[in-house]
Amino acid sequence: MTTTTIDGRTVHVNDEGFLVDPSEWDEQLATTLATQIGITLTDEHWRAIRFLRDDYVAQGETATLRRISTVGGIPVKTLFQLFPQKPAKKLAYVAGLPKPHGCV
Amino acid sequence: MTTLETAPLIPDFGAAQTTRKLAIICSKGNLDMAYPGLVLANAALGEGVETHLFFTFWGFDMINKKTMGDLKFTMLGNTATHLPQGLGGLPGMTAMATHQMRKTIADLGIPDVPEFLQQIVDSGGHLWACRMSADMQRLDEDDLYDEVEGIISASDFIEKTEGAQLLFI
Repeated sequence: MTTTTIDGRTVHVNDEGFLVDPSEWDEQLATTLATQIGITLTDEHWRAIRFLRDDYVAQGETATLRRISTVGGIPVKTLFQLFPQKPAKKLAYVAGLPKPHGCV
Repeated sequence: MTTLETAPLIPDFGAAQTTRKLAIICSKGNLDMAYPGLVLANAALGEGVETHLFFTFWGFDMINKKTMGDLKFTMLGNTATHLPQGLGGLPGMTAMATHQMRKTIADLGIPDVPEFLQQIVDSGGHLWACRMSADMQRLDEDDLYDEVEGIISASDFIEKTEGAQLLFI
C-alpha cells in the first residue's frame, strides 16, 4: 500500500492519492488537502465536508452530489461553486473518503 | 509492499479549464429511454465536461411541460423484459410497468425527469429544443420547461457543439 507525507504526517493513500483509511483524517488535514488542490475552506465547505463524513459513517459509502443536495440540504449549484469542475471527487478527497460509486 | 513517496501524492483533477465537450441528442420519449441521456449528462458535468442536450422528435416529451412528468414505459416491443409480448397489450399493463419502473428508479434515489433536468441545469448543463420538432408539434417556448435555453435549428446545434463528442439516444 502506498503512503504519502502530508503536513509532516504519513497517511495511506490509493494510487490516485485518495486517503484509504478514514480514521487517518482530521480537520487540520482537510485544510491541507484542500490547499493542495487550490481550495480555501470556508464555513460552507465545512458544512459539506461534515455532512459527507457523517453520512459515510452512517451509510458506509460516499454520498453522491444528489444525496448531498437532497439529504444534506446543500444545493448542487453551490457544490459546483465550492468545489469547481469535479465537485464529488474533490469533496471526497478533502473529506478523506473514497470517490463516490453511485451514478447519480 | 509499501512505497514511500517523498512529495505528497495529489490526485489529478485535470486542468482548471477543460476543452472537452459532450453533445447528447435525446430523440426518445419513453421513460426508460429518457434516463440514459440524463445519467450520462449528469456524469459528464460532474467531471467538468461542458454538456449540451438537444431534444428532438419524441425526445420533446422530456421537455414539454405537459408530458415531462408523465413519461411511460411499455413492455410492448421490448423483448428485454423477457415476458410474453402478448402480456404487454393487456389493458393497464403499460400503467403498471410504468409505475414499477418509477418506483425502482425512486428507490435508488434517482430523481424523476423534471427534477433530473433541474439538477443538470444546476450543474451547468445546457438544454436546447429542436426547431423542427417544435414546428411539427406546434409548440413554442412557453410550452417547454423553463430552463430550456432556446428553440434552435439542427445546424445551430451542430455549430454550438463544435468539437464535441456526440451521443445519439
